[in-house]
Amino acid sequence: MLDTLIHIAVLLVVPPLLPGVIAKTKAWFAGRDGPPLLQPYYDIAKCLRRGWVVSETTTWIFLAGPIITLAATLLAGLMVPLGRADAPIAFTGDLILFAYLFGLARFFTTSAALDTGSAFEGMGAAREVTFACLSEPALFFAFLVLAKISGAFSLTPMLHAPAAAFSAGIAAPLILILIGLFIVLLAETCRIPVDDPNTHLELTMIHEAMVLDHSGPLFGIILYAAAMKMLVLGTLVLQVLVPFLPGREVLRGPLFLVLLVALAGVIGVVESVMARLKMRHVPYLLVGALLFCGFGFILLIR
Amino acid sequence: MGVSGGAGYLFPSRSALGQCVVAVLLTCGSAVGLSGCLLSLTGCWALPSALNHAWSIPGCRFAVGLDALSAVFLLPVFVLPALGAWYGLAYWRAASHPANARRLGAAYGALAGAMALVVIARDGVLFLIAWEAMALAAYFAATVEDDRKEVRRAGWIYLVATHAGTLCLLAFFAGWRHATGSFMLEAAPGMPVAAAAPLFLLALVGFGFKAGLMPAHVWLPGAHANAPSHVSAVMSGVMLKMGIYGIVRAVSLLPVGEVWWGGLLLAVGAVSCVGGIAFAIGQRDIKRLLAYSSIENVGIIALGLGLALTGRASGRDDWVVLGLCGALLHVWNHGLFKGLLFLNAGALIHATGTRDMEVMGGLAKRAPRMMMLFAVGAVAICALPPFNGFVSEWLLYAGFFCAVGVKGAGELPAVSLAAVALAMTGALAVACFVNMLARVYLGTPRSETCRHAHDPEALMLWPMVLLAGGCVGVGLFPAAVMMPLEAAAAQWGSDGMVLSGMMRAVPFSRLSTACFALAALTAALAFLLNRTRRARGVRVGPTWDCGYARPTARMQYSASSFGDGVVGLASFLLWPRRCRTALRGLFPRASSFKGLVPDTILDRLVLPAFRAADRFLPRLRVMQQGRTHVYVFYILAIMIVLLLWGGAGSH
Repeated sequence: MLDTLIHIAVLLVVPPLLPGVIAKTKAWFAGRDGPPLLQPYYDIAKCLRRGWVVSETTTWIFLAGPIITLAATLLAGLMVPLGRADAPIAFTGDLILFAYLFGLARFFTTSAALDTGSAFEGMGAAREVTFACLSEPALFFAFLVLAKISGAFSLTPMLHAPAAAFSAGIAAPLILILIGLFIVLLAETCRIPVDDPNTHLELTMIHEAMVLDHSGPLFGIILYAAAMKMLVLGTLVLQVLVPFLPGREVLRGPLFLVLLVALAGVIGVVESVMARLKMRHVPYLLVGALLFCGFGFILLIR
Repeated sequence: MGVSGGAGYLFPSRSALGQCVVAVLLTCGSAVGLSGCLLSLTGCWALPSALNHAWSIPGCRFAVGLDALSAVFLLPVFVLPALGAWYGLAYWRAASHPANARRLGAAYGALAGAMALVVIARDGVLFLIAWEAMALAAYFAATVEDDRKEVRRAGWIYLVATHAGTLCLLAFFAGWRHATGSFMLEAAPGMPVAAAAPLFLLALVGFGFKAGLMPAHVWLPGAHANAPSHVSAVMSGVMLKMGIYGIVRAVSLLPVGEVWWGGLLLAVGAVSCVGGIAFAIGQRDIKRLLAYSSIENVGIIALGLGLALTGRASGRDDWVVLGLCGALLHVWNHGLFKGLLFLNAGALIHATGTRDMEVMGGLAKRAPRMMMLFAVGAVAICALPPFNGFVSEWLLYAGFFCAVGVKGAGELPAVSLAAVALAMTGALAVACFVNMLARVYLGTPRSETCRHAHDPEALMLWPMVLLAGGCVGVGLFPAAVMMPLEAAAAQWGSDGMVLSGMMRAVPFSRLSTACFALAALTAALAFLLNRTRRARGVRVGPTWDCGYARPTARMQYSASSFGDGVVGLASFLLWPRRCRTALRGLFPRASSFKGLVPDTILDRLVLPAFRAADRFLPRLRVMQQGRTHVYVFYILAIMIVLLLWGGAGSH
């Protein structure tokens, strides 16, 4: 019960910290002070207090986009184990629901973007659905590897297995899916090199372009859900990474939060040292992720 | 049911009353059938019930029977055509289609009746008669507008394809007779596997043509696009499943096969589902899009059958149950949501007069109920929670993940690769149906035709509401529909397989609890947001088009541009055609762009083959002079050859 409460609290409170850490890291690399670490909290709070402005072309889909995205992300977040504790929701086959909840969120985010009738938002939505066609199979390859290692069909035992039953035989497949999952994380949370959240040109964006017309409370919800998605997918990556770190049992305790923050720092470093790829080169990167995960699977069942 | 359309001919051709009588008769027939079907599904009526009479057709007995498998496939036959008939009263009014409304009613009823007979036939010859009646009835129902050239072309392609399939089925039943000694469709577990393999292949090809599995799908997009919408709904939602029924029935009769049988079905299914939905994204015609998505869904069903078949060959009963239950549930689900979407597309065509989604847009404001129903169908067909498509795909995923847990290498972990294909299909389906939802209903209208569109009348709306209710119901209470499916899956089981209880291990209650939690979370968030909205008021302005103050409807992202990313990625498969004028100079002139994704297999493989045959075969005409005695001579010559061959064989 206590674990569940802690899980829910972490899931609700921590997410906006991660984009804050990323921004701070990027500022540090650029030699600036940067915004305060807690800036995303202030942003979200401010958005939630603002008034409503919506486009005259929109329908209820425009509102459903942010709402369903947050609900789906929250539910998915209750299915991944944070650290050593079990996830609050765990049942046979929950990983399928996990993956398809993000699909549901994508369905309504992109529909809401197209609801405004803006060409820029259409562009962002088209890119989002196209890239998902490659990142989703990569995610399922990673799931297959984890299922094979753990012999289970539920996220909690699957994500506990790498640390609990670590052996030299599974190290190579784990490293391969770790790389694949990290690329999927970057793509799904719209970070460089797939998407640049801070660019000034709407033509080159994915996620930010889709939400151009959302403002006020709706935009606050979008920011919050995006941060939460980063936490959820980041947890997935970390659970695969943890067995390779020294002192893995300690790290799976409360220190897991530190790991999450560190992961956000790593994303910040990646963003600082790389440029965004050309839009037509992004599929190559995602196919790369697919291949990494696929080779991990083949290595395991050979 | 089958002859209900005949009653229409008693009335004048413009008579709405005649059409109404036809619909009532069809519904009565369906209601009787449905009640029997439900009685047997719930176990009140002892199974199996069978009827076996000799009748005057030589070599054929009038043998019909109802078992769990038949009942599962009968259910859509009794639901969708009846709903479609009521829809048709408003969609295809006798008053506005006096030339063909009666013909449509007759063919439509015959189609429904023939499908019911296909499912319950227990004699090979009777099965073939019903099969052919179904194929012809569908042809006449789909080509009612035969004054249009593309309808005639689509009809011809359908007719050729369905008979190519029937030819394989003739060979299958001949082989069946040879192997078992009778045309009766009774299980033959004693047949050697070597003799069963060719029969399996014949059944797969023959029934695959009807189901629309990928290389044999060429007839499907044209026929579905050009038929009246309620006929498309029945063809896609029910008639394609007759092909699936044939495969399931044939396998249940044949002895336990080898692993490659399942592997073949998995491969065909993976190609169909990924290829089908990739083609769908390239379409502008809403009904062609839905037709390609039917190929995708048939592919998903084939994946489930492949999993079950592999499990059957390797003695893994859990794969059989999960694969077959998933596939059969998807048969029902696809009937529900594809029926809904085709009826919706019909209402769109009725309201706007076009099938081209590039000229639609903004219909949500004009037809809010239709948009709601479409959204339910679109979420369900993308297999997203909490609707029904998710449940059947979940069962399939469960089976594929079971396959990866097997110790010992070999081809079995390869089965789980189908999960990756299914995941890719899911993502592509989201792309496809977001595109369709947005282009048709969201944004601003792109042409005058859709400015005056409105919600359809009750007769067209209610069938859709019922189908949408089915989508939601199965999604939220999946456990309720599992029992009959399990009984049907037992047909494939090895002897002594204990099925009951295996599905009880599946956490349907957790799944539906999670779906309810999702709905509750969404409702709570919506409630909270709505409160702030009411408290603060809403300012409405134009779309912020990045500083451009006067966006027009033409500037919206079009369906082709939305699908361009995916079409580009899959261009090695789709071979899209693009015509564009090159831009030259600093001030280029007005230019144009046209993108089209034709059916690669039809245009580049089948039609060239037929053209080549057309060049070569006329040379055989020298044999055909139109003189009777020459033909009699041919018969005599062939009989002598056969006698010599038979004589040589017997010694």
